[in-house]
Amino acid sequence: MQTLIINGQSQQVDVAADMPLLWVLRDVLGLTGTKYGCGIAQCGVCTVHLDGQPIRSCVTPISAVVGRSITTIEAIGETAVGQAVQQAWLAHEVVQCGYCQSGQIMAATALLQSQPAPDDQAIDAAMAGNLCRCATYTRIRSAIHSVGQVEEA
Amino acid sequence: MKKPNETTVDMSRRRLLQGSGIALGGLVLSTWLPPLVSKSAAAEAAAAGRLGDRSGEGYGAFVRVGPDGVVTVISPKIEMGQGAQTGIAMMVAEELEVPLDQVVIQEAPPNSALYTDSLMQFQATGGSTSTRVTWEPLRRAGATARILLIQAAALQWRVAPSLCHAQNGQVFGPNGLQAAYGDLVEAAATLPLPDAVPLKTPEQFKLLGTPAQRLDTPAKVNGKARFTIDLQIPGMLVASSITCPVYGGRLLNVDDTAARRVPGVRDIVRLDNAVAVTASNFWACQQAIKALKIEWDLGPHAAIGSAQLDQELLAASSRDGVVAKRTGDIEQAKQQSASQFEAVYEQALLSHSPLEPMSCVAHVRKDACELWVGTQVPVFAQQTAAQVTGLPVEKIQVHNQLIGGAFGRRLEFDFITQAVAIARQVDYPIKLIWSREEDMTHDLYRPLYADRMQAALDEQGRPLGWEHRIAGASILARYVGSLPPNGVDSDAVEVAVDPIYSLPHLQVRYIRQEPSVVPVSWWRGVGPLRGTYALECFIDELAHNAKADPVAYRLELMAEQPRAQAVLRLLAEKCDWNQPLPAGQGRGVAVSAVFGSYVASLVELEMQGDLGVRIKRLVSVVDCGFATNPTSVKAQIEGGTLFGLSASLFNEILIENGQVQQTNFHNYRQLRISEAPAVEVHLMPSLEAPGGVGEAGTALIGPALVNALFAASGQRIRRLPLSRFGYYPV
Repeated sequence: MQTLIINGQSQQVDVAADMPLLWVLRDVLGLTGTKYGCGIAQCGVCTVHLDGQPIRSCVTPISAVVGRSITTIEAIGETAVGQAVQQAWLAHEVVQCGYCQSGQIMAATALLQSQPAPDDQAIDAAMAGNLCRCATYTRIRSAIHSVGQVEEA
Repeated sequence: MKKPNETTVDMSRRRLLQGSGIALGGLVLSTWLPPLVSKSAAAEAAAAGRLGDRSGEGYGAFVRVGPDGVVTVISPKIEMGQGAQTGIAMMVAEELEVPLDQVVIQEAPPNSALYTDSLMQFQATGGSTSTRVTWEPLRRAGATARILLIQAAALQWRVAPSLCHAQNGQVFGPNGLQAAYGDLVEAAATLPLPDAVPLKTPEQFKLLGTPAQRLDTPAKVNGKARFTIDLQIPGMLVASSITCPVYGGRLLNVDDTAARRVPGVRDIVRLDNAVAVTASNFWACQQAIKALKIEWDLGPHAAIGSAQLDQELLAASSRDGVVAKRTGDIEQAKQQSASQFEAVYEQALLSHSPLEPMSCVAHVRKDACELWVGTQVPVFAQQTAAQVTGLPVEKIQVHNQLIGGAFGRRLEFDFITQAVAIARQVDYPIKLIWSREEDMTHDLYRPLYADRMQAALDEQGRPLGWEHRIAGASILARYVGSLPPNGVDSDAVEVAVDPIYSLPHLQVRYIRQEPSVVPVSWWRGVGPLRGTYALECFIDELAHNAKADPVAYRLELMAEQPRAQAVLRLLAEKCDWNQPLPAGQGRGVAVSAVFGSYVASLVELEMQGDLGVRIKRLVSVVDCGFATNPTSVKAQIEGGTLFGLSASLFNEILIENGQVQQTNFHNYRQLRISEAPAVEVHLMPSLEAPGGVGEAGTALIGPALVNALFAASGQRIRRLPLSRFGYYPV
């Protein structure tokens, strides 16, 4: 039995120590907002927060996160920045197919939580690990800037 | 070469295509339907003719209004990011006079009689047809419903319908009379269909043409949207498979002793060309697959590699093949010419690689089969399940789902066939998920093409005669079973046979070069992607050869194409075409009339050293006719352009020993935000019928990029991706 703290709730799971967090979230706990894309930390669609930092859950074994605070897309709207990012995503009509956007929003929220008004370089650095095959990059950038501007004002 | 049951699948698909084309010859008329609970019930009711349709021209099933006033639009098009369903909902809402947020979308069930695409001649989402083919019937469906609701109210109030009008989900009559749609539905459903259904003119639109918020996006920013890969059915287990690494190979033997010991594993399922594992979770499936000891018969392709394929294709491009188009007298033009110019353009194998890997939920019972799957071709999904299970088609239910990117991949149903083949061997529902590696190495790829182009030029370097040979595997033949009697693949010769330039002496030849060592299929941009690349690179070469300005040279040759001229002129203006750039910088353009839209695109770039490419500007001017939702149009051009840029810079599937070498995003890399320039999109205002926009941007970026590279560096690249020659983005 391992105890995980997911979206503020304590959860008990009984899985192999090397099982990646992604599959615990999706297939054990039914939290399917976090997606599978590559399994090797190349695409970022599995991004969640571990103690507030963005991580790739597809390569993070469950043994590494026991007892630490995990936040997923299902709960990110409960934070002020997360909610602002979600609203900006809609206002800028960022989303196309939407499959990568959970990961994009988690990465953008982590960026904006640590840097309230990131410049283009900071956006590149924080978001380059998140692929979007629909290539919504132009709008992702605008949406992040718009949250940044609100934060600054 | 073929999988065991592939022949029969192709045969029935061909019959289906022929049947739908002959029987319907176009999208059936849309009609009004009473509120019904299930999709299949709606389809059955419509097919049974219970709706009082007097036209005798067929039935549709696009709109339902519930007693609660909720408007359900049954979308014949699946949502895969292109915004089609919101556009369709806007069409209905506009004529039905309901707010967009009162509209609920349901996926259409497989039903060729009701949902055949009038351009593609079968029920499918693709080819940038969604807005074009729904524009008339979906508005008519909404208008029909509105007329009937008004009539129902007028009868109830004993007033003339002309004294009533509809607005905001209600009918208003004289003296303050008003009734909500939901209260009128029962009466309206019994009324005969109106004889005439006039539609609004664009000047009367209140919703269409506005940047309305998409309906599917709120659930996609909070994790609530469910794609196929996310579905949970009671009793379901996860399945994953490993398919023979060489296309056409077979399973000989498998030792699953170790795999069965992996915790969570339930069953190991043997298929003709694959082994599947079912388990409580995907991770266990993958661990078990790694533990399998498999012996394959690799089949006839096991020695073939990319170098051989390239050589054979290049040789094929010199052959004569069949004539796809002949106007004027090419031989005479050659004799009269002052000089000739030849170039060969090659196009790489490409994988679709949507971020949602192939996935399908299937439950096979003794007497029925149910599928939950995002598919661009629901009828084919139903048919393949019928064939695998031996059940009649009507016993196969297909619940279509949101798609996490497809780019053409889910116009195929190979993964659905496999899911059903696994599910029929177990007594519980399974959710088949392919690993990224399986997805990338078992795609149906955009084919290799070689375009050999020859121009006979006059004294000023303008084309007198034009000969274009196109060599490649035929997607069409694989998809529908054969080519038409003339042997021409209409997809492979698209654009070439109908260029925007006036070429009085034109000859186009198609050389089918099979077999392909991997199966080939539609990829975002389809025929126009292949055709625009060759045409717009070659015309650019001819302009430079003539020492002419590439924009002016094009404009002179497209005198009969006012809309194409207009987008190119505006593009030149928007990007300061006539302002010279410093050495090492350059601009390249491309222009097209494809998918019913006119688009011109520009790349401006700067060389950093010999191989570093810094893209400074991407600009597109779009005349797509009436833009039903300008935001969606812009988003499609932006995304389509960068999707094409990613492939043009980096992507190429290579084959060694019959096996695809690219396995994941580390060796089939994609454009990242740090490499993605902003895309400027300018829409030309227009009241023409809407054109398609989902693929046009993708078709133009490749040629615009290589044309810009030439302008900046003097290097002419005739084969993409640029990374093949060492170029990298800066």
